[in-house]
Amino acid sequence: MRVALFVACVDDAMFPGTGRAVTSLLERLGHEVVFPAGQTCCGQLHWTTGYRREAAGLARRFTGVFADAGTIVTPSASCAAAVRSSYRSMARAADDPDLERAAAGLEVYELTEFLVDVLGVTDVGARFPHRVAYQPTCHASRALGVGDRPLRLLRAVKGLDLVELPAAGECCGFGGAFAVKNADVSVAMVADKVRHVRDTGADVLCALDNACLAHIGGALSRLRAGVRVAHLAEILASTGEGA
Amino acid sequence: MSLREGEAGAHVPDPSERDPDASGGSGGSGAPADSGGSAVPGGSGGSGGPGGPGGVVGPGSSAGSGGFGVGTLLRLVSGQQGSAARGRGPDGKPALPRFAEAAREALADAGARHDLAESAGLARDRLAAATGEPSDWEELRAAGAAIRDRALLDLGAHLEAFERAVTDAGGTVHWARTASDARRIVASLVREGGEVAVADGPVLREVRLADALAEQGISACDAGGPEGRDRVRAARVAVTGADFLVADSGTVVLLEADGAARACLTLAEKLVCVAGMDRAVPDWTDLEVLLQLLPRAAGGQRLSPQVSAWTGVVPGDGPSEVHVVLVDNGRTRILGDDVGREALRCIGCGACSAVCPVYERVGDHPYDPRGTGPSGPIGAVWTPLARGVDRAQTASLPFASTLCGACAEVCPVKIDIPGLLVHLRGEVVDARRNRPVPTPELAVMRGLAWTMADARRFEAAVGRGSRWARLVARGGRIRRLPGLLGRWTEARDLAAPPAESFRVWWRRREAARRRLR
Repeated sequence: MRVALFVACVDDAMFPGTGRAVTSLLERLGHEVVFPAGQTCCGQLHWTTGYRREAAGLARRFTGVFADAGTIVTPSASCAAAVRSSYRSMARAADDPDLERAAAGLEVYELTEFLVDVLGVTDVGARFPHRVAYQPTCHASRALGVGDRPLRLLRAVKGLDLVELPAAGECCGFGGAFAVKNADVSVAMVADKVRHVRDTGADVLCALDNACLAHIGGALSRLRAGVRVAHLAEILASTGEGA
Repeated sequence: MSLREGEAGAHVPDPSERDPDASGGSGGSGAPADSGGSAVPGGSGGSGGPGGPGGVVGPGSSAGSGGFGVGTLLRLVSGQQGSAARGRGPDGKPALPRFAEAAREALADAGARHDLAESAGLARDRLAAATGEPSDWEELRAAGAAIRDRALLDLGAHLEAFERAVTDAGGTVHWARTASDARRIVASLVREGGEVAVADGPVLREVRLADALAEQGISACDAGGPEGRDRVRAARVAVTGADFLVADSGTVVLLEADGAARACLTLAEKLVCVAGMDRAVPDWTDLEVLLQLLPRAAGGQRLSPQVSAWTGVVPGDGPSEVHVVLVDNGRTRILGDDVGREALRCIGCGACSAVCPVYERVGDHPYDPRGTGPSGPIGAVWTPLARGVDRAQTASLPFASTLCGACAEVCPVKIDIPGLLVHLRGEVVDARRNRPVPTPELAVMRGLAWTMADARRFEAAVGRGSRWARLVARGGRIRRLPGLLGRWTEARDLAAPPAESFRVWWRRREAARRRLR
């Protein structure tokens, strides 16, 4: 089928490997990927930081760019949640029923939802010979409710040793602007997350949100912990020894 | 509304107590000292330009009518915040510390951190066990939310019905608009009665009853304390809080573990119950659900060890004089907020704090430096809703959350706390939009929105930002960033951005495919 990729602005600028991985994964599974070039940002950062007016502007823009896109797939769980649930709140705060209607008309899937629910696959033919821990990020698990879809996909990856992350459900402390507005608390939270990640002995930590991974990965890197972070899409796209 | 008293009259914020993160002015005058510059931390916002309505000078423009001042720029670059910037309130007392500032101190208390983490672990286990037990817990939560909403929809009518029923039963209802009204009313009721037995509770701490009694020279004993029993037995006057008010029967309901309030209500001659006016419910059938929800959510118990309910005066049994003081203290203000009123569903269980990863690390104090209000996630919405967001401390509370959603997941009356936090963040930002000098954050966020409003603009900004970021990176990582972003690199590296963004890669790939065709 034909899929419109919403790559998310942070991934576009900072983690293009994730978008490339989604593209190669979906093409490997026999689907056509298009990239609507007008896309920028869904407005989530503005919305959660209190800039409602600006967020609504970006949401209107997003609904315009993707109006005729059909099935939309994004590797960012938090952006998927923003479009699927926050847009309604944005529209109501802005008293903009057109935006609410336009948002309701969008068919947005987070990548693992699309793979498991729409395509019905859990074994995507990936090979990734590493010890991997999965962090269920808050928006993936609580706002979207992806449940065990990511774990089912990971369990089907050849060579992958999936280890359980202790206290996995606890927030890593990123929280968008929280990471700088309340940097001290944010760091105190990621310190515990880092401890749990290291306790697993994993060499790769994966998740469905690169922003959370930038936060956890940034702390792991600062501590020279020898654990790297990777978006789940990059693991699923991998077919060899490298990646 | 004033923090100290809650009296009427608009509070005019002292410029010195504004949030230094967001304040446009450099102290008192608020006059722009300089025109806009280009020192915007962050790559992608670098292209800048006119923002939305209001014609604010965006980052990167060289001159204009409303750039931010030199002092602000210095603060932005230095990332300064802290107690040095804390001013005094209009009452001459030091302004309360903002959340981040108080949290920094709390985080440094190793002993408290240990205790908080330990009690959080225990509380979460108890909560999970108690809420996982009933098969209909989710239905109970939905019913609890609906019951509280129905009660709040007609709160005024229920409170009037409650007053009529209490009066019919021989009691007296007093209305306290502010905390000081409540203190004055209670003090005047208990003044002549000798020592007062007090069964402490949230609403008594909220109105600072202990301070009021001490100021009036009224001796009080803690009905729940270890040496309290004999003195409670001797006391002729008692003061308690209340959990629920049943409107149609005029009944005060109180749940407790230790029996302190039970002793007060049975032993005293004169009983004074202080209640938040939000806790009214229309009738007894509502309690069926709430009495199941509260003990399980509050302490992980199936039932509350003591549930006391009393209605006015019963001749020959218990107190011969019963007073109920209904406290507003900002609740009407919360009710007036179409979105925020959902917070009034709260039944005071504290489950949101028990599961909150932020609360687990900082405790009560940063949310509630005066020790009078709710803390934790519900406090972060309740306090700014009840008192407004024109003070730096209350304005900082909605941002004291990662929006992880753990609180909403456990709330027994399904309050969407993350949604309310976002709503209040919007109120804080909107309140600052009309300042003569835009806050640096507003300028950055407008610049970012302007950049994102056009894909080519976005691509150009990403290119510039990435080139700049790669210049400061070493070994593929950035270890120190200037300005506010320096708070990121204080303890975290930032991966250096790649040379090629996704969209540039995509275009290159499409071009190559076209050539092949």
